[in-house]
Amino acid sequence: MNKRDVIDNQQLHAALTTNKRPTPPNPLNAVFTFAWRALLKVKHQPEQLLDVAALPILFLLMFTYLFGGAIAGSTKEYLQFILPGILVQTVTQITMYTGMELNKDIQKGFFDRQRTLPIWLPSSLIGALLVDSLRYIIASTVMVSFALILGFRPQGGIIGVGLAVALLIIFCFSLSWIWNTLALIMRSEQTLMMTSMMVIFPLTFLSSAFVDPSTMPRFLEGFVKINPISLLVDAVRGLMHGIASGQDVLWVLLSSAILIVIFAPLTMYLYRNKK
Amino acid sequence: MVRAADYAIEAHGLVKKFGDFTAVDGIDLMIEQGSIFGFLGPNGAGKTTTVRMLATLLKPDGGNATVFGYDVSTETKEVRQRISLTGQYASIDEELSGIENLVMIARLMGYARKDARKRAEELLAAFGLTEAAKKQVKNYSGGMRRRLDIAASIVVTPDLLFLDEPTTGLDPRSRNQVWDVVRALTKAGTTVLLTTQYLEEADQLADRIAVINKGKIIAEGTASELKSSVGTGMLHVRLVNSSDREKAETVLSKRLGTVIYESSRDSELRTKVENASVATQALADLEQAGVMVAEFSLGQPSLDEVFLALTAE
Ligand SMILES: Nc1ncnc2c1ncn2[C@@H]1O[C@H](COP(=O)(O)OP(=O)(O)O)[C@@H](O)[C@H]1O
Ligand SMILES: [Mg+2]
Repeated sequence: MNKRDVIDNQQLHAALTTNKRPTPPNPLNAVFTFAWRALLKVKHQPEQLLDVAALPILFLLMFTYLFGGAIAGSTKEYLQFILPGILVQTVTQITMYTGMELNKDIQKGFFDRQRTLPIWLPSSLIGALLVDSLRYIIASTVMVSFALILGFRPQGGIIGVGLAVALLIIFCFSLSWIWNTLALIMRSEQTLMMTSMMVIFPLTFLSSAFVDPSTMPRFLEGFVKINPISLLVDAVRGLMHGIASGQDVLWVLLSSAILIVIFAPLTMYLYRNKK
Repeated sequence: MVRAADYAIEAHGLVKKFGDFTAVDGIDLMIEQGSIFGFLGPNGAGKTTTVRMLATLLKPDGGNATVFGYDVSTETKEVRQRISLTGQYASIDEELSGIENLVMIARLMGYARKDARKRAEELLAAFGLTEAAKKQVKNYSGGMRRRLDIAASIVVTPDLLFLDEPTTGLDPRSRNQVWDVVRALTKAGTTVLLTTQYLEEADQLADRIAVINKGKIIAEGTASELKSSVGTGMLHVRLVNSSDREKAETVLSKRLGTVIYESSRDSELRTKVENASVATQALADLEQAGVMVAEFSLGQPSLDEVFLALTAE
């Protein structure tokens, strides 16, 4: 039998009696610790980056060449229009990571330990969302770089593209709190994933992401115009091509703020009172 | 700052309902500081629910409880600073390695980066997990997982540790290791509340035991108090021929006036007895009736028999 595989009573007694209680971590340290945890998961399972590295390319090719000819007549011209749309669609689709991890923690029991730790409770979610933002940046970089090769020419230049991605990240950070709330209500990761798909899919297709709303029937046009995803797509598109107005950006910031104000406190309420 | 409290846990009339179903139905507990308290009951008895209420994870629907004098529903922060919980299901991150788990917990308890690492290594060594430190926890055996889980609970030595069925599903060697840890904890001054389905475990470890069934405590005391509450003694009879069972049962119940307990073997009979002299008379009766006896002994009831007797009514 392996001698080192046994409990060493002397060491155990020492370990139990020598330690002092440190002062609890400040919120920032707790946030970084949870971000580190999320990064470790990527380290152990690098495959999970596939959807931020490969999926964007796949979508880009599909939309540009499948619909490009039919919808806009020219793929190159369509690419200028569609890239911001596909970018928004791809990135909003990976916003449920933190929610899914939270749901898994609840199923597995790690959630209970988190709740008895002397930490600022939202730090676990915010830490994970920081790493999600990293995913958004990777996905955006991959997609924009690839599009540049295919002939994408943003008139807003590198600053415009940078601002567009930043705005996208802010919106997605806020959107994530919906999934966090649902993660505390739903019984399994699968249901959570299905539900978020069922929300994101129609919202992105019934938006200005792929087609100009003025070509749509009236009743649809009305919905598409107030759809927050349309607001986001318009602002991202505007920033990339250097034609965004301050109002475009403001609308997105406002919808982000509304999402946070409703869903962050709701999430934390459910978090504290979870049975 | 410790509030003057005689007991680590004091609970009065704790109730928890899930819909119409009452999972915990008026539980009173007084657990002395520095002791090991055993919470013994079958699956579904309400052990986990009670522990979760005491650990501030679940709000009671009735009654109240204090931990070191702090109310578990209103002073959760004070309570959480003093307790640690090792849940029934491992509360560690399976995708991370052992050392990553402990460093993470240590960081979240407030250790600086370097100290967190040192503390993690110290605990891994004490729990015999140094070699597996870098493996993902999902590749650990049940015993290793349990040890890591307990290690995570004592990154900062708690004043009170809840262990919810810490040995369920473990092999005997791993179980003994967990027992060693529990004993070491009390030596270091930690109060332990341990839930278990195993009577032997409660008997081995606990200073006091509460037997819980269907959300109610049906008996409480030291192991020997519980045993004597069932009767002064337990008579064991083993027959040479199991075909004599019926005859033996008739003779014994006529002399002793007690119920013969069910047993897995026909050749074995168990029943309560009041005193030794009645037992001697019973032995004589058996001989007279021509029943051949291989073994006849009088002893304290095992906890097993205590539980049988308590839940029989
Ligand atoms: N969240 C819950 N919702 C509904 N019923 C529950 C819940 N948790 C526990 N129960 C029920 O309460 C009873 C006691 O459960 P539990 O405390 O887990 O028992 P034990 O830990 O002794 O096995 C069981 O019948 C169980 O099904
Ligand atoms: Mg249980």
